[in-house]
Amino acid sequence: MKFTLSWLKDHLDTTATLAEILERLTMLGLEVEGVEDPASALSSFIVGHVVEANQHPNADRLRVCKVDTGKGTIQVVCGAPNARAGLKVALALPGTVIPASGEALKKGAIRGQESQGMMCSNRELKLGEDHDGIIELDAATPIGVPLTEVLSLDPVIDIAITPNRADCLGVRGVARDLAAAGLGTLKPLDTVHVAGKFKSAIDVRIDAPHACPFFVGRSIRGVKNGDSPKWLKDRLTAIGLRPISALVDITNYITFDLARPLHVFDAGLVKGPITPRLAKAGEKLAALNGKTYELDETMTVIADMNGPEALGGVIGGLPSGCTESTTDVFVESALFDPIRTANTGRKLQADSDARYRFERHVDPEFAQVGMEIATRMILDLCGGEASDLVIAGSVPDWKKSFVLRPERVAQHGGIHIDKAYIERILMGLGCTVAEHGEGILVSPPSWRADIGAEHDLVEEVIRIYGYDHVKAVSVPKRTAITAPVLTQLQKRRSLIRRTLAGRGLNETVSWSFMPKELSGLFGGGADALTLANPISSDLDQMRPSILGNLIQAVGRNADRGLGDLGLFELGPQYAGVKPEEQSSMATGLRAGLMVDRNWAGPSRPVDAYDAKADALAALSIAQVPTDNLQIEADAPGWYHPGRSGSLKLGPKALAWFGEIHPRVLKALDVKGPVVGFEIFLDALPPVKARPSKTKPALKASPFQALVRDFAFLVDKTVTAQAVLRAAKSADKALIVKAELFDLYEGKGVEEGKKSLAIAVTLQPTERTLTDPEIEAVAAKLVEAVSKATGASLRG
Amino acid sequence: MEQLKSLTLDEIAAASTLEALEAVRVKALGKKGALTEEMKKLGAMGADERKAFGACINEVKAALESALAERKSWLENAAIDARLTAEKIDITLPCRPEIEGRIHPISQTIDEVTAIFAEMGFAVAEGPDIEDDFHNFTALNFPPDHPARQMHDTFFFGEHAPNERLLLRTHTSPVQVRTMLNQKPPIRVIIPGRTFRCDSDMTHTPMFHQVEGLLIDESTHFGHLKGCLIDFVRAFFEVDDVPVRFRPSFFPFTEPSAEVDIGCSREGGELRIGRGAGWLEILGCGMVHPNVLRNCGIDPDQYQGFAFGMGVERLAMLKYGIPDLRTFFDGDLRWLRHYGFSPQDVPTLAGGLAR
Repeated sequence: MKFTLSWLKDHLDTTATLAEILERLTMLGLEVEGVEDPASALSSFIVGHVVEANQHPNADRLRVCKVDTGKGTIQVVCGAPNARAGLKVALALPGTVIPASGEALKKGAIRGQESQGMMCSNRELKLGEDHDGIIELDAATPIGVPLTEVLSLDPVIDIAITPNRADCLGVRGVARDLAAAGLGTLKPLDTVHVAGKFKSAIDVRIDAPHACPFFVGRSIRGVKNGDSPKWLKDRLTAIGLRPISALVDITNYITFDLARPLHVFDAGLVKGPITPRLAKAGEKLAALNGKTYELDETMTVIADMNGPEALGGVIGGLPSGCTESTTDVFVESALFDPIRTANTGRKLQADSDARYRFERHVDPEFAQVGMEIATRMILDLCGGEASDLVIAGSVPDWKKSFVLRPERVAQHGGIHIDKAYIERILMGLGCTVAEHGEGILVSPPSWRADIGAEHDLVEEVIRIYGYDHVKAVSVPKRTAITAPVLTQLQKRRSLIRRTLAGRGLNETVSWSFMPKELSGLFGGGADALTLANPISSDLDQMRPSILGNLIQAVGRNADRGLGDLGLFELGPQYAGVKPEEQSSMATGLRAGLMVDRNWAGPSRPVDAYDAKADALAALSIAQVPTDNLQIEADAPGWYHPGRSGSLKLGPKALAWFGEIHPRVLKALDVKGPVVGFEIFLDALPPVKARPSKTKPALKASPFQALVRDFAFLVDKTVTAQAVLRAAKSADKALIVKAELFDLYEGKGVEEGKKSLAIAVTLQPTERTLTDPEIEAVAAKLVEAVSKATGASLRG
Repeated sequence: MEQLKSLTLDEIAAASTLEALEAVRVKALGKKGALTEEMKKLGAMGADERKAFGACINEVKAALESALAERKSWLENAAIDARLTAEKIDITLPCRPEIEGRIHPISQTIDEVTAIFAEMGFAVAEGPDIEDDFHNFTALNFPPDHPARQMHDTFFFGEHAPNERLLLRTHTSPVQVRTMLNQKPPIRVIIPGRTFRCDSDMTHTPMFHQVEGLLIDESTHFGHLKGCLIDFVRAFFEVDDVPVRFRPSFFPFTEPSAEVDIGCSREGGELRIGRGAGWLEILGCGMVHPNVLRNCGIDPDQYQGFAFGMGVERLAMLKYGIPDLRTFFDGDLRWLRHYGFSPQDVPTLAGGLAR
């Protein structure tokens, strides 16, 4: 909402400076979004007096002037046609920044004549468009004083109004708040009734009282709809409105001055009684903004026998609108249902200053007062005579009152002010107050529909008292030493995040969305997870997996020449719309080279084991017993079927890992190899809370462990896991570790077979093992592995 | 004997390798060595002669052994010296490839915010991204016809029942509702998480992150709200005297409501948080509206408290000078490496939030 300082001062009697007013507006919740103070750019201009103006010897259009600055006389070369002796001018001395150019004035010579200053036009001072000549100040203006002291410069203030403050959509409401906050006094408003001179020929019959409960109308005949006076045009221009004609300008002015929207019909073009009613389907209205709206039964129209003449609370119609030739008018000051007005405006995409106010709240008691003020203004500016008021319907009951317990102000606001102060604040806002057994009985004014209960009053008191005056108090600690607050999942996420980053993966955050067509690649695509109003078609589906977004990020990086990289994300994925169908994931990718070219060894592309290592590192830091994990080759279809797997504890997969399926990469237009993993953080087994942080005692055997190597020949389909499990099971007491260290296929190993070499660690606990004992364990181990996998010991 | 001694000592001195030295030793002291042969003669000698000759042999043997040991040690050291010379490497060659990844600024910022509020006793609550009308709007005192409920800001899913459709939460406030419905006061939680609005331009992305906070007990008032957030802002930006301004504002779920600005200067085109001519809006807050408490089964006559919310990306942008919101979600490796944080940089209040 924009207004000028002088406009504000029409309502507010104040000695406050502009800066004080701006500061308090913001601290009242009427946030100053901008202020254009023409004076601020003109502070170094002064009033000069042209003593002499002579023809420039070398240029027909220039004059060489002697100008009195109050401190001396300087020479100024000027091209303005009105530069003449005796003139009082706006003078810039060297160093002054000219607003229009933004540059500082320098001393110079123009066509050989020295020029020590500049006399300015309105446009050069950004005071208007006028550039026909330099500014001519009043002849009585004192010489040498600052220009800002003699120009009537009116700063334009722009404030943001929160949706609850409909009363401040008029300048008077803003003035009232400032006055309540002690920045002056609110001037009285002339609300005296204008007596009618005749009975209006146009009657009003409300047909839809729920949509338009109250209508005040009045005919004014014999008006002349010419241009508005300069002051009115200036004010409207200052706030960004285009002056049109006196009648239109008056309705606009009252809308912004008093938050009272009005409409003026050309009475000569209205046929029969004015009827506020709901529109009929198919009715149309050619509106004043040049658009034609198709109406339906949910919308309020002001109709006559010709049909809809205006869209109630939104915009007037073109056929019955005022023109320059209008002589008789019918003025409307009505009330419209806020929700219906909002819905109509939204449906028709029709924005207007009237709609903006009606959909928030318009003071119901002010409909008639607004009409009186409008009448007076029309009579003043356009002449004519007014009819009696035509009143239909009634003002809806808005009155309410409730008790404010003064102690609630202290309890909620943390401020301690006395009851009289509280009452003064409330009365300043227009409330009436009365004594009540429990506190203060308060009736808010008709323009404050937002005040509906005690807590609203508490807010108003704190607001007017000033948030800046409320003492800040630190939140008291509940315990001297801060207790841990994170849940196990939260701690795990944090550990996994920093572990994965430590392994060279870069954390990303990508959209929770992905394109529906691609989501099918990752088992998604359900309609239930499709957005009805996506921002674009490639962000229309909730992602079923984070992998898709990460693969696309890999592709974008590869396009920039960064094809060797690792990315991960900790975030949600969605299997359905229910809360429990949202999973907390740790998902990562590696692409390109795992080991880059280097002088010390060969480079190597990423493979499934890299993704497996990432997944295991994450599970390990999350305290999952990784030694017990079952590895199965049953990862879902977006992985390479022969190079992927799941990590399970029991039947439930904790993670998937492997090479991404080449067809998925192709669909996403990304070159492989790309490997990835997905960890289901919600599925990780909880770490049991232990009664103490004590670690179990170290059982370091005094007897040396010994390591025996075995090479087994097995079918190619036999897994390393099967061999190792069998080996470990051979003697659970003695065998503490079995690790695979070699895999060989090819020459010397028959087709369809492979050689797996494992290192088995035996750890005696009671005494050193004898050779026969060791041989016995070895034999048991070979037998166990053979039995489980069909292996034979390689000779 | 003297000749044997001097000859062998010469040979020891001349031995230039450990092998050569060993050969000399064998030649003199081995089983069939010259001195060993001499010793064999002792058996045939008389007692006196044997005593004199024995002493002589022992003396020579000791001298030779000593010389051998000395020469051996010298040769070993020389071998090490030679090896050291031979083993010289180019120490300017690069290390084997080794990379450390980065932590995204959003995570780092949430960790920082969490560290501060944890110190004030706030736990971390979370909730689903896909929400219903009740948790996202109704319980939070949004009137039925509030514009935010329309298509403008909110992502909706299709109707799953007549006139019922789910939505993507537009703020993390539904988790406040879920917390209050599940937990009796006193409550102190912060809620970091993804939020979604149907908006995309220079300064808006359809997804972004918020941290909200909620404190409910029997006595917390507006002055505490100010104190809590001033404490937070100063700790987060690590500027002790940054001015903080609370401006009245309006949100359906709080009353009184405020927007919070922090002081800044923009001298020389560089934004600096701290004392200065300007203000920067960084969060919204207020005392929880009694209707919200009531909707969540909490008696507003007994309990009261405050709530606040802020944009995580905005906090990160302001603190770390990240210029463009949209770049947060690109996964651009250059951006991640530049604006990301080392995994070792775990924010703590004891060690300072940021290096």
